[in-house]
Amino acid sequence: MSQRITLGPFNRVEGDLEVHLDIENNRVVSAQVNSPLYRGFEQMLLGKSPLDALVMVPRICGICSVSQSVASAGAIAALSGVKPPRNGELCRNLTLAAENLADHLSHFYLFFMPDFAREHYRFLSGHDVIAQRFMAVKGSAVNDVLPARAEFLHLMGYLAGKWPHTLSVQPGGSTRPLQAQEILRMQLILANFRRFLERTLLGCPLEVFSALDSEQALESYWKSDERLHDRADFKHFLWLSEQLDLSGKGRAYDRLLSFGAYALDNQNEFTRGIWLPGSGYQKLEISAIQEEISHSWLIGDISRSPAKGQTQPVAEKEGAYSWCKAPRLAGMVMETGAFARQVIDGHPLAENLMNNSGNNVRNRVVGRMLELARVVPLMQSWLQQIDTQAPFHHDIELPDGDGIGLTEAARGSLGHWISVRKGKLTNYQIIAPTTWNFSPRDSQLQPGPLEKALQGVNLNDDPQHIMIQHIVRSFDPCMVCTVH
Amino acid sequence: MSLLCAESPDIVTTLELMGVNLLWHPSLSEASNQEFQQLLQDILQDKISLDLLCIEGAMLQGPSGSGRFHVLGGTGLPMIDWVRQLAGKAGHTLAIGSCAAFGGFDTGQDNLTEATGLQFEGEHKGGLLGENYQGREGLSVVNISGCPVHPSWVTETLMQLVSGQASADTLDLYHRPKHYAEQLVHHGCPRNEYYEYKASAEEHGHQGCMMEHLGCLGTQAHGDCNTRLWNGEGSCTRGGYACINCTAPEFEHPKHHFQQTPKLAGIPIGLPTDMPKAWFVALASLSKAATPPRLKDNAVSEVRIIAPTVHTKKRKT
Repeated sequence: MSQRITLGPFNRVEGDLEVHLDIENNRVVSAQVNSPLYRGFEQMLLGKSPLDALVMVPRICGICSVSQSVASAGAIAALSGVKPPRNGELCRNLTLAAENLADHLSHFYLFFMPDFAREHYRFLSGHDVIAQRFMAVKGSAVNDVLPARAEFLHLMGYLAGKWPHTLSVQPGGSTRPLQAQEILRMQLILANFRRFLERTLLGCPLEVFSALDSEQALESYWKSDERLHDRADFKHFLWLSEQLDLSGKGRAYDRLLSFGAYALDNQNEFTRGIWLPGSGYQKLEISAIQEEISHSWLIGDISRSPAKGQTQPVAEKEGAYSWCKAPRLAGMVMETGAFARQVIDGHPLAENLMNNSGNNVRNRVVGRMLELARVVPLMQSWLQQIDTQAPFHHDIELPDGDGIGLTEAARGSLGHWISVRKGKLTNYQIIAPTTWNFSPRDSQLQPGPLEKALQGVNLNDDPQHIMIQHIVRSFDPCMVCTVH
Repeated sequence: MSLLCAESPDIVTTLELMGVNLLWHPSLSEASNQEFQQLLQDILQDKISLDLLCIEGAMLQGPSGSGRFHVLGGTGLPMIDWVRQLAGKAGHTLAIGSCAAFGGFDTGQDNLTEATGLQFEGEHKGGLLGENYQGREGLSVVNISGCPVHPSWVTETLMQLVSGQASADTLDLYHRPKHYAEQLVHHGCPRNEYYEYKASAEEHGHQGCMMEHLGCLGTQAHGDCNTRLWNGEGSCTRGGYACINCTAPEFEHPKHHFQQTPKLAGIPIGLPTDMPKAWFVALASLSKAATPPRLKDNAVSEVRIIAPTVHTKKRKT
């Protein structure tokens, strides 16, 4: 006889989340993930000018704000056929990267690590060091990371006017031409951020970290450092991961998705594609994406392409348990995020980890660290490539038609599908990263990635469901984007 | 998230130095699930005193008044019920952001979610808690509006409240703290010289004033964005785009495109605050006629074409 429990509200995730667990013999046999908040942006956007969407969509979210702008600007640019000047692309990449890396940092220090400081883990030898460093609010890491993050986001003061909610990201490029001395200042900010990552987070030069090419190399990276007290923060995590077998936790379907990120001259710095067990990397067919509403509090056709999407909320519906839709790729449940991005891009460490243990709690965290190490040098290079005498923005015409804007937020693939008739939006559909990851069941009754990842979790000696919390947070969910 | 950008010092240190014991914050606190629900119960049963209640996000009353569009996860109860109960216990209640203050973007397009602010619905008093609501300390809801809010607006308002310096007199018509709301975004805008001569930007990226063509409301918007600055050295107008007056109730319904100035017979509708129309029109045409070439050319360029003249002392030879 199974017993059902409900967990919520989860904090240290962005937005509202509730999880229902069916339990037998202290093991999770089935999970239901509920987004208990409805926003209505897709309805609000209809009838608006596409340029007004640029004001509205960043306000879907205070943490993925720029990525919403990038997706929207991309969709409008596709519609208008304009290509921003190179400076515009460089500035867009820098702005998106600044948000994504700040999010990776917030996730690690503020959202994810504090759970290991809990009393629950007092049995681990050396736990006092972890608790002193990572405890929520009171840990010493909080005092280090908040100023480092805020200073890093000074980049946004130059690139975007402010963060969150900028209008500098436009379909035609950037509204903010940079001056030579501002670029010097930004280089200094980036160099200082690099120093924080190298000294405090990773404990080695970024290039050394991103050159790690296998699970074995990752092991010798942290095991060669025998210090317990003043070792780099990520090494603390890898130690914890080994103690708690985090690479054996939170695995779902191992089907990965990335829309590709940081394009320059139509070439993505991180490759677009999918990764499937057995066959590995495959090309992504955008037209194979459908959103299902069989278990959502929404009415209309069960399955639709986002290009012809529909969003009609309903208060009561038999079998429904979430405001979130269930996006599927050719019927497959897909998972997205930093680790997926790195595997699909073919980074040797990410590929090796994927082949050895799949997409799990540890590997998702490793994926974020890899991105911090790989993207900061990219940002430094983009900054150097800006030509202050060349244009940053091209004016655009807005014809009627359809457009798709695809990008990668910190937590995974984000797409906007728009249609414009007589100058007004007649369709605006958004699929956010956590819409994929925390989707409810579909018409084939396939559980969403988190629902699948929670199956089989052992709840013995874990009254506060800490392992469940690790698994949930390992996705770095953003629920406000999920339900948009 | 904006609050996590607080500096000199950071938000956690700021609260600590103010003597504020943070009971719970969705991005920072350890307590989740049952631990947090227990905290809520302890507050409602007066076991823990709730001095400051900060609420973010619009209050969603739909569908049909049920509040089901936003249920606090794990509790089965709509957020509006929790906010009503907690506000009844709070020393002060603060609305953080324009959604919590006035309803904000969630009220868009026929307000399908029945969104409202805590004590205002747009410009009108009322909202979820009603016109007469006061916290235990006798103050109405303090509306730190803005989309987003500047972190210092929040921290400095908290300091005012904690040190007993806040009263009805320190709040404006819309219950916004006067310390930031009694200033205009126009103040300190680096485009002011262009404004003076009506040298206007015509496209994104141009250096000129954005009031005439690009929809900028900085001369009417209440906020200290260009004197306090964001993320180090930024603001909307410094970022090259229009101020959309995000601290004001109903800013989300401008009745024109956000990035385009509405005009009547070629003249922009909407005057700078406190400026008589006849004088504005007269001065605008006069200053337009007097615009120096430096400003005229630079206004419609991404890069500075002409630098200000350097004057040397004239010496007798």
